[in-house]
Amino acid sequence: MRPDTVPRLARGMKLREDKARAQWVVLGPERMFVPDEIALEVIRLLDGTSSLAAIADTLAARYTAPREEILADITTMLDDLAAKGVVTA
Amino acid sequence: MTAPPLALLAELTHRCPLRCPYCSNPTALSRPGEELDTATWSRIFAEAADLGCLQIHLSGGEPTARRDILDLTRAASEAGLYTNLITSGVLLNGTRLDALAEAGLDHVQLSVQDAEAASADRIGGYRGGHAKKLDFARLVTEAGLPLTLNAVVHRQNLDRLPAMIDLALDLGAGRLEVAHVQYYGWALANRDALMPTRAQLDAATATVEAARAAHRGRLVIDYVVPDYYATRPKSCMGGWGQRFLAVSPAGRILPCHAAESLPGFDFPDARVTTLREAWEASEAFNRFRGTGWMPEPCRGCARAEQDWGGCRCQAFALTGDAGATDPACALSPHHALLALALDASDRAGEGFTYREPGRLPQPTPAPPLT
Repeated sequence: MRPDTVPRLARGMKLREDKARAQWVVLGPERMFVPDEIALEVIRLLDGTSSLAAIADTLAARYTAPREEILADITTMLDDLAAKGVVTA
Repeated sequence: MTAPPLALLAELTHRCPLRCPYCSNPTALSRPGEELDTATWSRIFAEAADLGCLQIHLSGGEPTARRDILDLTRAASEAGLYTNLITSGVLLNGTRLDALAEAGLDHVQLSVQDAEAASADRIGGYRGGHAKKLDFARLVTEAGLPLTLNAVVHRQNLDRLPAMIDLALDLGAGRLEVAHVQYYGWALANRDALMPTRAQLDAATATVEAARAAHRGRLVIDYVVPDYYATRPKSCMGGWGQRFLAVSPAGRILPCHAAESLPGFDFPDARVTTLREAWEASEAFNRFRGTGWMPEPCRGCARAEQDWGGCRCQAFALTGDAGATDPACALSPHHALLALALDASDRAGEGFTYREPGRLPQPTPAPPLT
């Protein structure tokens, strides 16, 4: 993915609260992913209009952290989730 | 405290227009008059979500043979469950599919019997079925629903696995399930006609690995390997009563869809027992839960909590004892039965005993231990 890529949850993937286990999960066909805290935050920012760069801006402002580092981290994370079929560009 | 289940398999009916000889339904099929009504199923779905289930598989038989499939889909979705329809696709038109999507259906899993129509129709025992399935698959993607293709593979279609993968790509499926036949019930009765050769199995495994790499990010391929060439058993259902429960058309609450083949059980009745009571407190769910029930060589085995002793239904079907180690394990004293079965299938023909209501196939007699 590039900074101008607009990632979104892949077709059939849904973010749901799993109350019985006190966690959030991404559900798909015969699949379930339990995102860690950071991945959950990124997935919540996938609104179908925000680019990777815009998401990095949001997180950099929220945590007053270095933007380029965040962009590199979330690119790796989203590439990984894309390979697993959870997100799509 | 028992950990809650992740998924419910709702076998809404055993009615089905297809007659696949490896059907996973029990050989004693439920009659239409025994089926649970809409209100009872809806209550079961709400109980499943409350218990901790995240996903529901609406299955059968053919689930769309139920006239209330729309109401049932809505009830499952409104309960908060990720709702998956497991279908043969031959009974639905575009209008009904759109209505199912509207009712909250999340995903469609469509079975195919082969990549080639004449063979597919012969295996499914339903003329014209394959063409209908292809039409249906296009309707699914047009409706904006994600599609999984489910290909059950065996000796009589494995040589066309590459074409089945191409078919999944052509139809726009995001996921393909390549499932080797598991030999219980109907499939056990047809084992000699279905068992793949070692060469076919090795070719299939290599094909799947290559296709996974080639279509990474576009097509997810799940692969269910066959037991008969294995040296360790599969972790059947992720362990008895640990992740999964099923409800039969007549309302029996089961740790797996094949469990009714086991004798000596009183499976809870969903008409009078809640899923929670069944899951947490019933003798049936507790009997093979965990590792306390295990005999040698499972007891104390380093893999006891990886494979949970394998499959209870296979243990019973092959050894007559549901509490025995799954013979798929090379440490089982009955492991030689598998080699004998492979040997027998080598010399067998291609004829099927088709799945039909009222027909009780003679189970393949276990060859004697020598």
